[in-house]
Amino acid sequence: MSGHESTYKPASGFTKWLDSRLPIIRLAHDSFVDFPTPKNLNYWYTFGGILAICLAIQIITGVVLAMHYTASVSEAFGSVERIMRDVPFGWLVRNIHMVGASMFFLAVYVHMFRGLYYGSYKAPREVLWILGCVIFLLMMATAFLGYMLPWGQMSLHGANVIINLFGAIPLVGEGIQSWLMGGPSVGNQTLNRFFSLHYLLPFMIAGVVILHIWALHVPGNNNPTGVEVQDVKKDTIPFHPYYTVKDGFAIVVFLMIFAVFVFYAPNVLGHADNFIEANPLVTPAQIVPEWYLLPFYAILRAITFDLGPIDAKLLGVLFMFGSIAVLFVLPWLDTAKTKSMRYRPVAKQFFFGFVISCLLLGWCGASNPDDPLIAMGEDKLIVSYIDTAGLEGTRTFDEYEAAAEFRDEQQAAGATASMAVKKAPAFTFKILSQILTAYYFAYFLLILPILGLREKPKGEPDSIHKSVLGDHAPAAVPAE
Amino acid sequence: MSDSNTTAHEAVDEERRDFIHIAAGAAAVAGAGLVAYPLVDQMNAAGDTKAASSLEVDISKIPLGGEIRVLIGGKPFFLRHRTVAEISAAASVVMSKLPDPETDEDRLEPLPDGTLNPAILVTSGACTHLGCVPVGPAQGAVGDYGGWYCPCHGSHYDTSGRIRKGPAPKNLPVPEYEYVTPTVVKISL
Repeated sequence: MSGHESTYKPASGFTKWLDSRLPIIRLAHDSFVDFPTPKNLNYWYTFGGILAICLAIQIITGVVLAMHYTASVSEAFGSVERIMRDVPFGWLVRNIHMVGASMFFLAVYVHMFRGLYYGSYKAPREVLWILGCVIFLLMMATAFLGYMLPWGQMSLHGANVIINLFGAIPLVGEGIQSWLMGGPSVGNQTLNRFFSLHYLLPFMIAGVVILHIWALHVPGNNNPTGVEVQDVKKDTIPFHPYYTVKDGFAIVVFLMIFAVFVFYAPNVLGHADNFIEANPLVTPAQIVPEWYLLPFYAILRAITFDLGPIDAKLLGVLFMFGSIAVLFVLPWLDTAKTKSMRYRPVAKQFFFGFVISCLLLGWCGASNPDDPLIAMGEDKLIVSYIDTAGLEGTRTFDEYEAAAEFRDEQQAAGATASMAVKKAPAFTFKILSQILTAYYFAYFLLILPILGLREKPKGEPDSIHKSVLGDHAPAAVPAE
Repeated sequence: MSDSNTTAHEAVDEERRDFIHIAAGAAAVAGAGLVAYPLVDQMNAAGDTKAASSLEVDISKIPLGGEIRVLIGGKPFFLRHRTVAEISAAASVVMSKLPDPETDEDRLEPLPDGTLNPAILVTSGACTHLGCVPVGPAQGAVGDYGGWYCPCHGSHYDTSGRIRKGPAPKNLPVPEYEYVTPTVVKISL
């Protein structure tokens, strides 16, 4: 925490000399060795360390991959295959990088839900939270850019869909779109700039991570009780060795899960269509982003209605970006004084509802919006015809045979006739994603602001050490 | 040091200092703008990209009821040889049923002799929703209205390339094109 005095004592002549010129060892000592940390942090608090490891893994494997990758539409797909087949250990490095992106997002979502549950975004940690949101945005941009590089079908058409989102902006949209693509379509020039930016952004993430840690070390860690540190001696323990070991253990377990994916199921989180080289004339049957962007994709697709002068397309884009923008203002939306949801019995239930709605939104994002979730009735076949006298008509059938026979009869009589499927009314994924989108926004814009004013917190402890020892704990006996 | 000891040349001329601040600030802003402009503009389409922006297509080989797909500057275009039934379906639609009303004739360009050739329809091949390439007769799916179907988000286009159902807001745009001869069209971006 800021204000705690440095306990670093340079021991050798060299460290004394360095300390008076560049006190970098002192900075590391005060930040990661003798940093007073609440004594009650649980394993949900290890994901910050895990994320730092994830970023390092992505940067190291990414630099290696860039040594073998060719950013050109005619060679990109082949160069990735060459990495997988011919480059020594290329398969390993690429699998780590590919799985690493998924693990990075897995960890960041746990980290964010942790912050939401324990109220880590509340004063005095608003800037810390906002910097985290900036990192999340940069991560999404980096992942999107990186997904384009193998130049598979999903790379090209996914990029097309996302760049087209900018076209929805009134007046300047199309200009921005062609500026981003560098031409009339996503082509070689687009691939080149995406590669350049994909290499740049991780270093920007690293820069913001430094600010994030700085902003963490000013107020110090939040903790599962949400009660601030009152007595550094009673409430905190030094970061090293207590949390270096705890974080280290969590990192090892996390890397074991990571390794299972790398060695046993490297492609299970990917999409088969991306193993087909990009072809601008054929769109894959269903365009879906990687799993970690699916909830936002579901929100984009949930909006199929116009709102006043705003058409559905622009509204969907606004909702999708709004779903992330709302995170930035969350510290001022949640009115509750109690930070941790441990002591907010009602808010806790809404929180778990929010987690479930995010997961279900992911499911909606992966599904065809018009597919029925619960069908109500059978699909019908409709034959529409215009007979020789110019009269229009339709007839409905249950079975294909009868419908086809009727259509052929009409055609034989000189009428034009065609057959179409009329889907039975159903509770579709679209409707589910609309309900979930409504809940997503209601959680931030209605539930947290109103609940914070009305809810009675229950059982909040007076201090961190009391929560650890209990109120009636015997006074600690000094060790002999 | 008291003011009485300050000599004339040591006194601060506030007006002159303001002028220097404003002038220096303005020069810095103008300099930043001049540096930023090329850095932003370099991302726009390059000369060679712009140059490859038109194509002549022979339409005589398109099978009846089928279509060919061409790429110009990486953008897909459809050239469809419509059947009589498809033409009459496109022409007979009531305008009030269309989300983006346009007659079939408005969506055709005249032949060199000034008449229309409703058998050949030229449209963009990018769905107006999010730019996917709709499927058509060659892929075995033409949607509920006999034209094209976009598999991404379920937009249905009719045999004139007009949006009929689904999230797409507009008809498939008709590109700028002309008949060079009765069997060759030149499409430009």
